[in-house]
Amino acid sequence: MSIDDTVRREPIEGFDDIPGTTLFDAQRARQGYWVNQFCMSLMKAANREEFKADEDKYLRKFPMTDEQREAILKRDWQKMIHLGGNIYYLSKLFSTDGKSFQYVAATMTGLTQEQYAKMMLEGGRTIENNRSKSEWEKTGGPAFGRKK
Amino acid sequence: MAKIVASVNVSHVPAIGAAWDNGKSQDPYWKPLFDGFDFSKKWIADLKPDVIILVYNDHASAFDASIIPTFAIGCAAEFPPADEGWGPRPVPTVIGHPVLASHIAQSLILDEFDMTIINEMDVDHGLTVPLTLMFGQPKEWPCKIIPLPVNVVQFPPPTGNRCFNLGKAIKRAVESWPEDLRVVIFGTGGMSHQLQGMRAGLINPEWDKRFLDSLCADAEVARRIPFIEYVREAGSEGIEMVMWLISRGALEKDVREVYRFYHVPASNTALGHLILENKSFQK
Repeated sequence: MSIDDTVRREPIEGFDDIPGTTLFDAQRARQGYWVNQFCMSLMKAANREEFKADEDKYLRKFPMTDEQREAILKRDWQKMIHLGGNIYYLSKLFSTDGKSFQYVAATMTGLTQEQYAKMMLEGGRTIENNRSKSEWEKTGGPAFGRKK
Repeated sequence: MAKIVASVNVSHVPAIGAAWDNGKSQDPYWKPLFDGFDFSKKWIADLKPDVIILVYNDHASAFDASIIPTFAIGCAAEFPPADEGWGPRPVPTVIGHPVLASHIAQSLILDEFDMTIINEMDVDHGLTVPLTLMFGQPKEWPCKIIPLPVNVVQFPPPTGNRCFNLGKAIKRAVESWPEDLRVVIFGTGGMSHQLQGMRAGLINPEWDKRFLDSLCADAEVARRIPFIEYVREAGSEGIEMVMWLISRGALEKDVREVYRFYHVPASNTALGHLILENKSFQK
């Protein structure tokens, strides 16, 4: 049977079982709209200066929630993701801070910078025992590194 | 007639562009990665494409959260490099092919793909890093480039099957253009990587290899991969690989694998690179 003419809908269930992963879907994008638009504003040098001069005041120009504003002020990257921020938008904020993708990724993993960088050099985080939440329940959390 | 003869597939990690721009390409960390493109640079210099159709995703640079086109096509005469927060990359302005791009846009819409037509756009690392890897640092890019941005940032992106079929429609559009033009299509992004959460740093080389193997065959396996498999096996950002199905769909069923390169790590990411030519194509 040719698949081309078949009306097909992708299943959207099951994503919640993937451990340590937040799906940036339509509802989360709606929730995080002003977090992400704030980040976009930092692509202009003048806005970066204004933000750095008084972060709280600058953030109040965007109709985000108090929780979102506090997560930004604290640079709680994981919280920002949970509240609808997306990593590519957040990159404008951590670039303003002079930080890298690898720095921010490391802060979300519970590893130190050094541990994280070493893990990547050695081939990254293994997929084994990192596919489902039930695996993490058995192993006590994320597996890192690779099998030798 | 115009003809797509080959595809170039490659990851577009921003740190690669930064390493190149800051003169670090010969550092021990980066040298093995850049060396992996020595063959590719010669191959594309010999092939001399007239036009590249470059499938990539914008990373919140040209588009913000206010407008999110699923499939877009750049019909402008030129596309400047974007300022992504640390100044534009010091790379040439991308010169488009407005006449051919407009023809492709019209053909795709009549073929039931609802393209967003973009007449002004800055292009970010998603488009410029693959050009750097394939061409180095020329004064100007050696051919015309038609950008084709795809949303893979906000879930859901278009399905792999939809992407594959868009590729087939692009093939039809190009082949209905009377002028003799040699066209190469780029699929970019991937491979396995996850940039967020407790599982950040995920790399799955076995899965990546299976994906590449399927593209070298007829992609019948790859085009049916459901989203959940991409996210679970290749990481939340690994879903970018649906764009490689657009470039695969634009080729013929029978292809030859010209070159493959795989390297870990590029920052947080597994870099993959695959060149395919139509079997019927003779240089």
